[in-house]
Amino acid sequence: MAETLQNLLLGFSTALTAHNFFYAFMGCLIGTMVGVLPGVGPLAGISLLLPSTFGLDPTGGLILLAGVFYGAMYGGSTTSILMRIPGEAASVMTCIDGYAMALKGRAGPALAIAAIGSYVAGTISVVGLMFLAPPLARFALRFGPPEYFSLLALGLLVLGYMTGGSMIKNLAMIILGLLFGMIGIDHMSGYFRFSYGIVALGDGIGVVPVAVGLFGIAEILATAGNPLRPDVLKPKLKDLLPSRQEFRDSIFPIGRGTILGFLIGIIPGSAHIISTFMSYAVERRVSKHPEKFGHGAIEGVAGPESANNAASCGALVPMLALGVPTGPVPAVLLAALMIHGINPGPLFIKEQPTIFWGLVASMYLGNFMLLLLNLPLVGIFINFLRIPYRILYPIILMFCIIGVYAVNTSFVDVGIMSVMGVLGYLLRKFDFETAPVVLGVVLAPIIEMSLRQSLAMSNGAYIIFIQRPISAVFLGASLVMIFLAVKPLVWKRKDWRERLAEAEKKS
Amino acid sequence: MTIDRIGGIALFLLAGYVAFETRVLPLGNHQIPGPGYLPLLLAVVLGFLGVFLIATKKNAPSFRSLKWPEGIHALALVACCFFATFAIEVLGYRVTMLIVLGFLFGVLERMKIWWVLGLTLGLSFGSYYVFNNVLMVILPRGGLGF
Repeated sequence: MAETLQNLLLGFSTALTAHNFFYAFMGCLIGTMVGVLPGVGPLAGISLLLPSTFGLDPTGGLILLAGVFYGAMYGGSTTSILMRIPGEAASVMTCIDGYAMALKGRAGPALAIAAIGSYVAGTISVVGLMFLAPPLARFALRFGPPEYFSLLALGLLVLGYMTGGSMIKNLAMIILGLLFGMIGIDHMSGYFRFSYGIVALGDGIGVVPVAVGLFGIAEILATAGNPLRPDVLKPKLKDLLPSRQEFRDSIFPIGRGTILGFLIGIIPGSAHIISTFMSYAVERRVSKHPEKFGHGAIEGVAGPESANNAASCGALVPMLALGVPTGPVPAVLLAALMIHGINPGPLFIKEQPTIFWGLVASMYLGNFMLLLLNLPLVGIFINFLRIPYRILYPIILMFCIIGVYAVNTSFVDVGIMSVMGVLGYLLRKFDFETAPVVLGVVLAPIIEMSLRQSLAMSNGAYIIFIQRPISAVFLGASLVMIFLAVKPLVWKRKDWRERLAEAEKKS
Repeated sequence: MTIDRIGGIALFLLAGYVAFETRVLPLGNHQIPGPGYLPLLLAVVLGFLGVFLIATKKNAPSFRSLKWPEGIHALALVACCFFATFAIEVLGYRVTMLIVLGFLFGVLERMKIWWVLGLTLGLSFGSYYVFNNVLMVILPRGGLGF
């Protein structure tokens, strides 16, 4: 405890320096804008900002990018409540009751509760991150190649299960991502794989062009020709204050959403989206008036909005403690660390305490800044929604090109982004999820190296994966995951993943 | 034909292609797996998943039910992306963006000429100044020095 507090003090001394404070503020501000604008998710926002962090020190860069990530969760609620359009995917569930409240003239309290819930959840989850990540990293020091392989195999299976929709399709997308990740020089033998004589492909496909293509460009391709957006409701500042009853009704949903979101955030998959769905389902189940849900229940806003913020913080736990990203956004954050020459993994917290604790402290400050930004300034942010989309999408395309080109100053990356954009667009049309592809690209080199090292260690015997206890536990959990995936095929019942996909489609 | 079956066929064909491409890579053996070992393994699993989709997804939405209202915009944007890929280092960032944004605002969105000029010049030169000069992110100049 004393050691943690001492480290936190070090973190605050780092985060409170003028430049790091400024980066935290900028990250939160940009994150809120990214969250408010439909079609620009946190992933695209972070990828586009990545090149501008090259000139910064790693701590400042990570503080800025993480600020965009959790800032987007705050901003996403604004469009959901005022327009019934989720600013980003994690705000889908907020649309239902948030917009219903807005139609009843209670948009202000809905926005206020969303911001307060996000603040409470964000702050409490940072405490969780602070206490959970360092012991997890110490435990991970016991991992050898077989443990890493089993952990990653489990992670990918969980990702396939938790992403929603068909698990078969999700697994296919993971394999597609792993195959993309194998393009380039094989580090163990020096062979060029699938590079077709293009020298620039020797280094492999970067996560940034893949992520920007699959999320940024594919989104523009799918939405550019859409008709005009509906009117925006504009609440007044004096109407923001919730009533005493609304406050009272929100306390427990915020608490439950925080715990649920943080725990789900640690698990691979689209955690921030899933956590909102789970939180909404829990709130409806425990409510004394479930009939109010869908007609403006404040619990339907407080729970999901707390959950998505807590999940975004939970997702940082495995990324910082193990060097294993659980979703596309942590994958890009990890790429940002690697660009700055920092090796993520169990030794990261021990070797780079300034960065880790600086980030933790900046998140405490950032959540407070976001509360201030999102309540009194909500009227300013919703003005962004008045920019016509026909002006907005060429600007987004321009930022995509800048962001991708600048990472390696390579036009090949812009080409990869274009190809991935077309692929992402077609995958969406054919009802495939794209997040597993990004994670596959990031994890391919680690998973391949661990498999080959494990087999070399055991002289080719696959039994090594069950001989070692930690690895065996991970593989056992993988079997449970496979059982859960097969269960609905045998019992022909709709499981929660199908209901999540339906809810997303409806909004 | 359902969309899932089309997806399954595409995955199966891709798996076949990857398996064919790995023929030039040493497979190694179980003790020392070569660079072709895991790609081939993954291709086999991908092919199996493709066949599973073809065999089981007969109740998915049909291909004909897919709507493409954004088709023209999407095609134009893809063309812009590929144009930018090949032009950015030849013509330079600013000229490339002038052409891309001019096409999108002027031709595709049919905005008024003054708006097109203002937005195109402002955005291409403004973004170059912000990124190149303020944020020190290197953006390419073409043969004309732009």
